[in-house]
Parts: sequence; structure tokens; C-alpha cells
Amino acid sequence: MERGRNLYTTDDTDQNLIKATELRLGLPGTDEQLDRPSRGCKRMMEATSEENDPTVETTSNEYRYQESPPSAKAQVVGWPPIRSYRKNNFQSRWSETKEAAAGAPGIYVKVSMDGAPYLRKIDINVYQSYEKLREALEDMFKCFSLGYSPGAGSGGRSNYAVAYEDKEGDWMLAGDVPWRMFISSCKRLRIMRGSEAKGLSSNS
Amino acid sequence: MLENCGGDNGDDERWSLHPDEASQTKFRQVSSIVCMPPPDQVLENVLEIVLCFLTSHRDRNAASLVCKSWFRAEAQTRQEVFIGNCYAVSPARAIDRFRGVRSLVLKGKPRFADFNLVPLGWGARFSPWVAGMSPAYPWLERICLKRMTVSDADLVLLARSFTSFRDLSLLSCDGFTTAGLAAVAENCRRLRSLDLIENDVEDDEDEVVDWVSRFPPGKTCLESLVFDCVGFAVNFGALEALVARSPRLWRLRVNDYISVGRLCRLMSLAPQLTHLGTGSFSTFEGEGDFRAILESAFMASKSLVCLSGFRNLAIDYLPIIYPACANLISLNLSYAQITADMLGPVITRCHNLQTFWVLDSVRDEGLQMVAATCKNLRELRVFPLDPTEDSEGSVSDIGLQAISEGCKHLESILYFCQSMTNAAVVAMSNNCRDLLVFRLCIMGRHRPDHLTGEPMDEGFGAIVQNCKKLTRLAVSGLLTDNAFSHIGKYGKSVRTLSVAFAGNSDLGLRYVLEGCPKLQKLEIRDSPFGDAGLLSGIHHYYNMRFLWMSSCKITLKGCKEVARRLPHMVVEVIRDRPEDDSGSFMEKVYMYRSLVGPRNDAPPFVKLL
Repeated sequence: MERGRNLYTTDDTDQNLIKATELRLGLPGTDEQLDRPSRGCKRMMEATSEENDPTVETTSNEYRYQESPPSAKAQVVGWPPIRSYRKNNFQSRWSETKEAAAGAPGIYVKVSMDGAPYLRKIDINVYQSYEKLREALEDMFKCFSLGYSPGAGSGGRSNYAVAYEDKEGDWMLAGDVPWRMFISSCKRLRIMRGSEAKGLSSNS
Repeated sequence: MLENCGGDNGDDERWSLHPDEASQTKFRQVSSIVCMPPPDQVLENVLEIVLCFLTSHRDRNAASLVCKSWFRAEAQTRQEVFIGNCYAVSPARAIDRFRGVRSLVLKGKPRFADFNLVPLGWGARFSPWVAGMSPAYPWLERICLKRMTVSDADLVLLARSFTSFRDLSLLSCDGFTTAGLAAVAENCRRLRSLDLIENDVEDDEDEVVDWVSRFPPGKTCLESLVFDCVGFAVNFGALEALVARSPRLWRLRVNDYISVGRLCRLMSLAPQLTHLGTGSFSTFEGEGDFRAILESAFMASKSLVCLSGFRNLAIDYLPIIYPACANLISLNLSYAQITADMLGPVITRCHNLQTFWVLDSVRDEGLQMVAATCKNLRELRVFPLDPTEDSEGSVSDIGLQAISEGCKHLESILYFCQSMTNAAVVAMSNNCRDLLVFRLCIMGRHRPDHLTGEPMDEGFGAIVQNCKKLTRLAVSGLLTDNAFSHIGKYGKSVRTLSVAFAGNSDLGLRYVLEGCPKLQKLEIRDSPFGDAGLLSGIHHYYNMRFLWMSSCKITLKGCKEVARRLPHMVVEVIRDRPEDDSGSFMEKVYMYRSLVGPRNDAPPFVKLL
């Protein structure tokens, strides 16, 4: 996946924006009125990619199966029925996590992005590293030109930085503490402009 | 059986005993009774001797109902007590009735707890049981627990209370740490088996105890040591020394901290092993190449019949097991991500295999190889490498069809796939008439037959109709009420039924509850069954071990109605998330008969009606 490209063109992305803003707060699958995407981020990619940017990978092939009953394929607890014990054993080997890790209760936090008119809620327990989290956030907020390279830190060519609010209510830059410690203390996420993030980088 | 001390198909729970032991036990029982006096008690003595030969708890339950005299005789001679639901009876009552118990099998949480549907802290604590048994059963020898919460304190009390204690088996339990294991190792001087299977051992990294060192010095009675679920390194020197001084050891299953290098050493110390769990089956950093030594170890082991482990399989080590394959009765490769090409040379040598667990990474092609060679296969489990709904399907109807054609003696199958056809399931129902357990999990919810687009009703209908011995069934895919109509009509032996994302209406549930007289365990999730369906089972619930319904359409009114009409049913409504309070449907309902009324240890999120 390319970094740093700008999908947000001023022409017909208003349509995309409207579609994108159909996503709302709350867990995917809890609202049955809309045809809700279960992997909201990926559905959004389908909406924004269209024919504007042929370099975008379409993920529509990941939605090979569409059932006629309108059941949203939200992450469902305990399905498929594999024991946590077995899941735990494979956790470290999966290259791409798709379900809540080890069936553990999800750690859902709100994600806001400066300039974006909506919030998302994601389960950070699903991602095993900062890099994967950044990838997912990038997917989610793609149309707002989130482009930056993973692991760039505050000194890199990032336009945006990911900050989180910890249990004490302090805002910290994501990436400074070990992953496990991060997910246990993170209360919400905020994707902020690089310029504002500089004030956080000296937090210890 | 491979990992099922507690009998996963719900059948008579057989202790995983070495064959010679069973007859020795009976002899001991008989001789102790024959030495007793009073002539007017001859009849009762004779009865007791005869009853000694009844081991199945179902048979014993039946015998105890004949009359008071038989009840007494049976109660006095029952050696193994099986309690399928720890809340169905209290420790006090069980202890009061059965005075001479040597062996206890106790099961706790509902099975859906394995899939995180039962919140932590729900219950099933072992503490009141061990506290009650400690003074009452000084001669207790065996305990087998499944889905119970066992604390270190419980294990300490156990180890100190029962001087003849021999066999401890913990399956899918939680709540204990290596400290508890240390207490057992240290104090149970006659310990014969310590089997830890799929437990959640909860230590903090820096508080791990070296429990292996705590086994007493000198020759041990150890016959079985299973610790593949203990997620911490063990003191290898101590383990080696332990194996060296345990001449009776026939089963050893190590965790993935044991590399091949270390495995070699253990194998050479215990050439008599019949059951081996191989740990990681890879080399660790800086260990060197153990291939040659390992090869000779496997070539030398004529006695190996059961292999498992392979937790981090180094592919080029797999050929080393070839010499052992011809003798294998049981092989568990379900933690090894292998392809059909890698499986081929292994499986084509396994002519005697009866139990096989594997990952779907071997694909239909791999299953075809199994079908071609393993003509005596009794149990097959195919697990998904990627257990999500939209993963790429690796095995399909093709694999299932092949298995059905090649393995006609199949008795138990667990098969995860992304899509299936009715034709393949029907084929299995026709080819594998001996099926006792049929569990098909089509991971995509509501998925129809991928060729015809029809619901999977026909397939499951054929299974219940043609497999007359079927006792356990798990259904999936797109299913209408018709499927349940078939199950109710033909599933006369079905004891355990698992339903998820299936059915159209209350009729579905009614068909099953009215049609299946042997039904004991019914677990349902995310299906549109409501109060009318629930109430249609009133006539039968006292015959059941439990009913679990989650994310269905049961209301509080329905639950209360059941509770009102069946005073001996305990009806639990579990509300572990704030969302659960808002709707009118009860999110999780768990009900079971009990001799002692609602339990007094329920956490705040459980409401007892």
C-alpha cells in the first residue's frame, strides 16, 4: 500500500464524503437500518477508490460472499467456535488479525481525526503492533490524506500523528511505550496534525 | 482418546486409564467386601459384589432406583461419582449419599464458555467441593475437572488432604498457577497422572514457580504427565531427572518450550513411552542439528501409538516421524501449518490411524490422502488455520465427500469450512453409518449450499435419518425450521445439540424439544426462537442437563414462566454488558435442574429466577 498519496481531490469526492460520513459512532452491526458494512474501513475504501485512483487496491474481492438476509458481518463474539486456547496458540503466527485477538473482550476506543466530521470506534486489541494500528487508521480515514510512513515518529515526513489519551487523562504520542502497555492504558485515540503533535513529543 | 479424559462426545466418561488398571480396581473392591461378616446380610453383600461390576454411572443410576436396599448398596459401593453440572447438586448432598468415593468427575461452566460467551467470574468454583471432600473422602484417589475454576489454595488443600491421591486431570480449567502445581507435585507422593489439558495457567511472568523440581526424589509412580498448556519454561534439568526416575511413564506431553534437542534427551530416557507430545518440534537458537539423534529416537520407539505437539513445527523435521507412523493410532497435527505435500508422506504411512486432528491448511487434497490411506479412521477433526468468517476456504465439500468415501468406520467428525453442499453431507450420512458425533461448522453465517443455493436442511436431515447411532450434532449454515423438523423426527438418540444462527421461528425449537426424547444438552445462540419455543420444552427440561440460549428472542416473562412451572429448574439470566439491559430479549439464558435450588455464589451480573 502506497504511503503519502492524496486521494482527497476536490471534485467528486463530496459523494465519497457523504458516504464516508454515513459511518457513525458505535460498534458496526448494532444499527440495522442501514446496509452496514462490518469492516467499515474496507467498505469505505470501496466507496472512495472508484475510478479516480487506479493504484488503489480494491478490497471488494474480500467481500466475495453477500448473503441475502441483511445480517451485518460484524465481529461476533465466539464465532466461529474455536476455543481461546487454540486461538492463543496461533495469535503470534497470523500475519493479519481479523478478529478480536484470542477472543478477548475487545478494547474499544473512540478515534477522532482533526478535520474529520465523524468519530470511529475501533477495537485496538485486534492489532498487535503500532504499525498495524496505523495501517488500519489510514484505511479508515483515507480520504483525509492521512499519508505518513509507519514508524516515522515526530521527526519524519508525517502529516499526521497518532495520539492517545491514557488512564490519567494525559495525551501522549502513540509509539513510545511497549504495545501491551499501550493497549491497556489507551482510552481514546486522536489523529492530529503534525504541527500540533510536536507539543506532545516531549511527554515522558 | 486423544485429549478427552472427560469424554467430549458426552458419552460415558471413561477414565484415561491404562488397560491393566481397571481389572485391578475391581479385584480390590470385591475382596474388601467379601471379608465382611453378618450372615443376615448375605443378600446385601451379594448385591454389593454384583454391583461392583457396574461401572457406568448411567447403569448405577438405574440400579439405585430399584428399591431402597439397592439404593443403599449402590450408594455404598459407588467408587466414581460423575457430576455433569456442578450446580445440579451440592457437595454436601453428594458426600452424604456416596460415602466410599475414590474418584470424582466434575464439570462446571457451560460449553459456550470456551468461546467467551460466559463472563469471567460466573462461577463453577472447585473450592466448596474440595473443602467438603477433604474431611469426608480421605481415600480419594482421582479427580477430573472440566471447565471449573480451581485456585492454588484448592490444589494445596487437595494435595494435603488425600494421602492416596493418584490422578489429577484438569481440562479447560482456570484460576491456578504454577504454585498450585508445585503443591501437587510435592505432596502427592503416589501421584500417577498429572494431566493438564487446555487450561489457562495464570502466572505473572516473574512469579513462575519451578514445579517440576518439587516432585519427590527417588523412583516415582508417575505414568502420565501432560503439561502442554503450561505457558512457561520448565526447569529442564529437573524434568530430565524426573523422567529418568519414572520407569512407568507411558504418556508425556511437553509444552512448546521444549525444543527437539531436549525432546531427544527425554525420548532416550523414556523409550517405553506410548503417548508423546512433542512440544515445539523445532530447534532453538544455537542448539545445533539434532536430526540424526532424533531420527534414531523415532526409529527406536516401537511403542509410540499417539503423537501430538508440533507447536512450532520446523518443516524439515517432519520426515523424522515417518518410522513411527505405521504404529500410530492417534496423530494430532492441528497446531502445524502444513500443506498437502508435507502431509502426504506422513499420512500415507499411517495405515492404522484411528484419530486424526489436522489444520485445514492441508486442503481438500490432504483430506483425499487421508481418505485413501486411513481406512480405520474413527475420529477426524479439521480445524481452521484462519478462524474468521471471510477467510479463504481451504477445505470444502470435496474433502468431506472424500473422507466419507474412504473412511467408512468414521464415528466422530468435527469439520470447519467456509462452504458446503447438501450432496456431500448426504454422502457422508450414507457412507458413514456408524457416526456418533457429527459437528459441521460452516464458518460463514447463514451460508446455503454453495452449488444449489438451497438451505442445508437436506444434508443435516440425512445425517439424523441415516446415522441411527448419532448422539451428538452441531449444525450450521443456512437452516430453516425444516432442518429442525428432521432432527425432531429422526434424531431419537441425539443427546447433545448445538445450534447457531439457524431456524426461522419458534417451530424450529419446538420440533426438537418435542421430538428428541434423549436430548440432554441443548445450546443455542443467535437464533430466532422465542418464549413459545422455550415453553414447548417444559415437559422435558427435568430430563436435561442444561439449556443455553443466547441472543435469541426469549423474554423475561418466558423465563419466569419456566421458573414458575418447574420449581426445580434454576433459570439464570446473565447480563454482562450494559447493552444487555436495554432490550426486551434476554441476552443469555442458562437453565438446569438442581436438587438444591438456586446457587448462593452467583455474581451480580447473574440473575436467578
